[in-house]
Amino acid sequence: MTNPVMQATALQRHYQVSGGLFGKTRTLKAVGGVDFALYPGKTLAVVGESGCGKSTLARMVTMIEEPTSGTLTLDGKPIRPSDWASLRKSVQIVFQDPYGSLNPRHRIGAILEEPLKINRPDLSSAERTAKAREMLGLVGLRPEHFDRYPHMFSGGQRQRIAIARALMLDPKVLVLDEPVSALDLSIQSSILNLLVDLQERMQLAYLFISHDLSVVRHVADEVIVMYLGRAVEKGSRDAVFSAPFHPYAKALLSATPQADPDARKERIQLKGELPSPLAIPDGCPFAPRCWKVQDRCRAERPVLPDEDHSAACFFPENGGTPAGASG
Amino acid sequence: MSLLRIRNLSVEFATASGRFRAVDGVDQDVDEGEILAIVGESGSGKSVSMLAVMGLLPWTATVTADEVSFDGQDLLAMDAAARRKMIGKDLAMIFQEPMSSLNPCFTVGWQIREALRIHLGMGRRERQARAIELFEQVGIPDPEKRLGAFPHQLSGGMNQRVMIAMAIACKPKLLIADEPTTALDVTIQAQILDLLTALRDETGMGLVLITHDMGVVAETAERVSVQYAGQKIEEQRVGPLFRTPHHPYTAALLDALPERATEKHLPTIPGVVPGQFDRPEGCLFSPRCKFADAKCKAQVPPALGPDLGRARCFYPLNTDERVAS
Repeated sequence: MTNPVMQATALQRHYQVSGGLFGKTRTLKAVGGVDFALYPGKTLAVVGESGCGKSTLARMVTMIEEPTSGTLTLDGKPIRPSDWASLRKSVQIVFQDPYGSLNPRHRIGAILEEPLKINRPDLSSAERTAKAREMLGLVGLRPEHFDRYPHMFSGGQRQRIAIARALMLDPKVLVLDEPVSALDLSIQSSILNLLVDLQERMQLAYLFISHDLSVVRHVADEVIVMYLGRAVEKGSRDAVFSAPFHPYAKALLSATPQADPDARKERIQLKGELPSPLAIPDGCPFAPRCWKVQDRCRAERPVLPDEDHSAACFFPENGGTPAGASG
Repeated sequence: MSLLRIRNLSVEFATASGRFRAVDGVDQDVDEGEILAIVGESGSGKSVSMLAVMGLLPWTATVTADEVSFDGQDLLAMDAAARRKMIGKDLAMIFQEPMSSLNPCFTVGWQIREALRIHLGMGRRERQARAIELFEQVGIPDPEKRLGAFPHQLSGGMNQRVMIAMAIACKPKLLIADEPTTALDVTIQAQILDLLTALRDETGMGLVLITHDMGVVAETAERVSVQYAGQKIEEQRVGPLFRTPHHPYTAALLDALPERATEKHLPTIPGVVPGQFDRPEGCLFSPRCKFADAKCKAQVPPALGPDLGRARCFYPLNTDERVAS
C-alpha cells in the first residue's frame, strides 16, 4: 500500500470555557484523541451528529486550529505551527455553505487568483489568470463566468467555485466539510460526480465530513464514526455499513431514512440526547443512551482497537472484537 | 369530503423587479387521519402554498384560488377575526427552525399556556395541568421543570418537541409540519418522525409533511405530492411513486439519490430550477428534461388522470403496465 499523505495520532483539542465570574474554568473536550490516515486518491469519511467534533477535526487538519496534543504529519513530516504558512498550501478546505464562503465583492476571477497571489509570488499576473481560467473549466464552469460576481450564481455553481478555489494551489489533501448538505438533491449529485472526477484526476486525498449517511456510503472508502469527540468505530465502507460493530453506529444507520417505502426495517430508538461535551460521562460516552449498557460500560472507557474494522465497545454487535479498557 | 381542499391556488409576490409567481395553480386534498408529504427542491413553492392556507404570507403576496376550504369552511371568504380563531386551534403548523420560531423572551411553559388561554379559555390551574400533560405526550422528560425553561436552555430536538406540543395543544384537525426535522440530527429526526406518526394514530388528525428528503417521505408518508417550480407535477401513493414514477422529474430525482446509485457516477439533472426571469413557455421542466421535444417547449401540459398520478406531462413514464392490463 502507498504511504499515507497525512497521518493523525491521538489528535486532541480541548477548549477552556469560562465558568463565569466566580465559576471555575472548565474544559470542553471537543476532540479527545482521534487517529486516522489519509491516502492519495482515497476518501476517508467522518460521520457523526452535531457536537461530535467533526468540524473541530477539520479545523485541526487544515491548520486553522492547533491541536492541544497529538501529532499530525504530512508526507511523514510532523506539522508544527511554525511551518503552518507553508504547509497550508497542501491542505485545503471546502466549506458547507457556498453562500457564506465567497466574498460577494470579488469577481470569480479574483477569488480564484487570491490564493496564488499570496502563496505563489513568483507567478506573473498573466500566469495567474491563465491558471484560474483553466481551473474554471476543470470544475465545469464556462469561461464567461470569470468576470462575474458570486451573487450571479446558483448554490451548485458557487460550490463549484469554492472547490476550484481550494484546488488552485494543487493541494494533496482536500477537506470537505459537509460539501453537499446545503444543496438540492438534483444539484448534489452533480457536485458529487465532480468530486469523484477531480479525485481520480489529481489523486487527491479527501477527508469527507458529513452527517448524511447515504452520501457517505456513496463516496467513502474508509469510514470513521465519531461520538462526543471520540472515534467509536472505524473500518472500510462496506464493513461498517453492512455489519456495524458499535451500537451507536448501528443506531445511526437504522435511523437514517431510506428512500424505499417497501424496505421495512426495525428502527433503533435511541433514548435521550447527546450529553454536553462539558460533562462527558466516565466510562463509555455512549453508555447513557445505549440499550445494552452494563456496569462495566459505566466504569471503564473502551478503547478503539487498532484493527481494520473495529469499535470502541466492550459488547460489540455483529461479532466484532470486544475492545480493551483504557488503563 | 376532504379536510382540506385546495383548488387552483396561485401565489404571486410583488418584487422590485416585477411579479414573481411562487405557486402556480396547485390543487391539493388532505383527508382526515392521513399523512400527505409535499416534496420539492428549494423554490418549488411547497412552503408558500401551505403558508397561504395558514394566512401567514407577507403583504407583498397575492393569493388567488378557486377554492380553499378547511373542514367545510371557506377560508377565502372568512374575515380575519374568524380566521384567527381557527388558526392555531383546528389548523396548526410547526416550522423548520425551532430555535427561531420560539420567543426567546418567554419560558416555553408561558408560550404553550398562551395558546391554551387564548383558544380554549382555560383557567390557570387547568392550563398548567394540560401543559404538563402535553409535554409528557411529546416525550419531554421532567415536564414540570422544563416548563420553566427558556428556549435557549433546551436543545434543538427538545425545542422541536415544544413546538409540536404547542401545535397539538388545542387538538388540531390538521397539522402542517414544514421541514420539521431538517435542522435536527438523524437519531433525533427518527424520534420526531415517530412522535408525529404516533400522534396521528392517537388523535386521527391529518398531517401534511413538507420536506425535501426522499428518505423521510418513503418512511413516513402515505401519499406524496411532488412540486416543481410552483406547480404540482405528480401525486401518487408512496409505494407506486417510488416504484413507477410517471413524471420525468420525479424519476430523475429518484435516480439522483446516492443510495440508488449502481456506479461511481450518479445520474444528474442538468440545469437549475427556473427562476423569475427564465420561466420557460411550455412545460416548466422541459429545459432539463431528456424526453422533451418541440411540443413540450411550446405548450403547457395539462394534468393527466389519477391513474397516471395527475402528472403534468405529455409523455408520462411507466405507462406500459396500464396499457397491457
